[in-house]
Amino acid sequence: MNFWLVQAINGISYGMLLFLLAAGLSLVFGLMNIVNLAHGSYYMLGTYIGITVYRYSQNFFLAVVGAAIGLAIVGVLMQRFILRRLYGNHLGQVLLTFGFVFIIADISLLVWGGYAQNMPAPSFFKGATTMGGVTFPTYRLLVIGVGLLVALFLWWFQKGTKMGVAVRAAVDDEEMSQSIGINVPLTTTVVFGISTALAAVGGVIGGPFIGAYPGVEHEVLLLALVVVIIGGLGSLRGAFVGSILVGLLDNFGKALFPELSLFTIFAPMAIILAIRPSGLFGRAL
Amino acid sequence: MKPLKTVTTLVFFSLLVALPIFLSSYYVGLMILMLIFGIFAMSLNILVGYCGLPSLGHAACFGVAAYTSGFLALKGVHNFWLEAAAGVILSLVVAAIFGFLVLRTRGVYFLMITLALSQVLWGIAFKWTSVTHGDDGLSAILRPDLVFIPLDLFNTTAYYYFALFFFIIATVAMLLVAQSPFGLTLKGIRDSETRMRTLGYNAWIYQYVAFILAGFFASIAGILSVYYHGYVGPSDLHIVTSAKVLLMVILGGAGTLIGPIVGAFGIVLLENFISGYTERWLLLLGLIYVLAIIFAPQGIYPPIKRKVYKWLTL
Repeated sequence: MNFWLVQAINGISYGMLLFLLAAGLSLVFGLMNIVNLAHGSYYMLGTYIGITVYRYSQNFFLAVVGAAIGLAIVGVLMQRFILRRLYGNHLGQVLLTFGFVFIIADISLLVWGGYAQNMPAPSFFKGATTMGGVTFPTYRLLVIGVGLLVALFLWWFQKGTKMGVAVRAAVDDEEMSQSIGINVPLTTTVVFGISTALAAVGGVIGGPFIGAYPGVEHEVLLLALVVVIIGGLGSLRGAFVGSILVGLLDNFGKALFPELSLFTIFAPMAIILAIRPSGLFGRAL
Repeated sequence: MKPLKTVTTLVFFSLLVALPIFLSSYYVGLMILMLIFGIFAMSLNILVGYCGLPSLGHAACFGVAAYTSGFLALKGVHNFWLEAAAGVILSLVVAAIFGFLVLRTRGVYFLMITLALSQVLWGIAFKWTSVTHGDDGLSAILRPDLVFIPLDLFNTTAYYYFALFFFIIATVAMLLVAQSPFGLTLKGIRDSETRMRTLGYNAWIYQYVAFILAGFFASIAGILSVYYHGYVGPSDLHIVTSAKVLLMVILGGAGTLIGPIVGAFGIVLLENFISGYTERWLLLLGLIYVLAIIFAPQGIYPPIKRKVYKWLTL
């Protein structure tokens, strides 16, 4: 019983981390109809920046904020000056983002070297918490809390703010939104910035148990892609449900069948694809 | 235009035949890589160019064939045709299974799902250490024994002509496919699936066959690669390989016969050239991809072709 509960907490906290990535990936897809292959690279770059900020300030909160701001700037610049030039050429945009994967990987290697680096967990959340006779790492609870907060924030952003209404309108019908005075290019840039910042937050918060190393960008990108394939592209709810599902599948897979761990994620993905090609909450193709 | 085309084709192929005689074995090796990636890019072009299906997991068939043949070679089969047949068959099985899953989707979804599925194979290659040796890969695979044919493949130039043989077969096959009713139907489905369905074509079957055909030629490239390097590792199944070959097709010009070849030759040369001069070749390569896609979104071959023809037919 204990084992199942601890693994479930670990799985959900991992899922929340994936949600930070998948939500941005999914939102950007909804607006620009591209899959941003550099999303894992933002995650990695965010982690590195967070680790560096932490090294100088010894402040976990500052590390999160610094990485988020840094990556928001990177994202806005990239979308504004490069991706936008290829308006309408989706395949070109996708490949362009892969060019960025190379560039970011090499710059990171140059600046931070090839060794794996970990973020120390903030001292306040170190140690273990015992609840009802079950003991688990306190930090995992923090990750779940942050994930839920971000989910709430995004939900409020989409439903409660004018910008969010504009986003939903632009996803539904771009031309019509333009013609009633919504600034779609600006909306897209803002959403892109939010998505890269979220990836960075995920990187720093996941830092204590995933960390940053050359190649991590492909691993997290793959998991984030699986989340949006399962949940459905462009759907926030899909990203949330998909993240928890993938987090749990991955964690129980690794704990129960270590040699087959990838299959516990991909077999359900294949089944869902076979039944609903557009994912659980995606629009029909 | 027509005689000009014949002349350029003839010049191109005579160069391919004649060049190795004058080059050092290092450059012959480089040309072997160009041929291998040429076949690989042409195979992906069936999907990207003729079907409009941008696969980002094409390394799957390449890698599976390479692993299978390499594994059998290490187990001491010593018969190229048996090893190669096993590689081709297994990678066709993979293509047949993946085809079922991915052809239900289109566009960006297709891209994502092919990527995810091929990464599963990468995961297997990485984790199933008893068969694949994990991250180390299978190494010290000897050049194959052709059994009936007295060609010593340990000689790099001989291996070059061996690869050239398959390259020419693949090129001719692509030409035939593109002009066949089958190829024309694929293009029709690419341009308007609804219309072709209304005309009574079973779009799914055509694309499924195309998917398997693309897998077949990718597996040949994979087999040529594993014997040339004497090595196959998880990187042969990785997204970086899939993305590289997709870039070759797009940068060269998807949907043309020559485009993918130009893209493959260009990128292999470029990679080799840059990595010989600087340690920051990954950065430069990324920059070149970005610039090329911004300034030549339809590929570099079509504009070159237009310019050259204009100049020649002045």
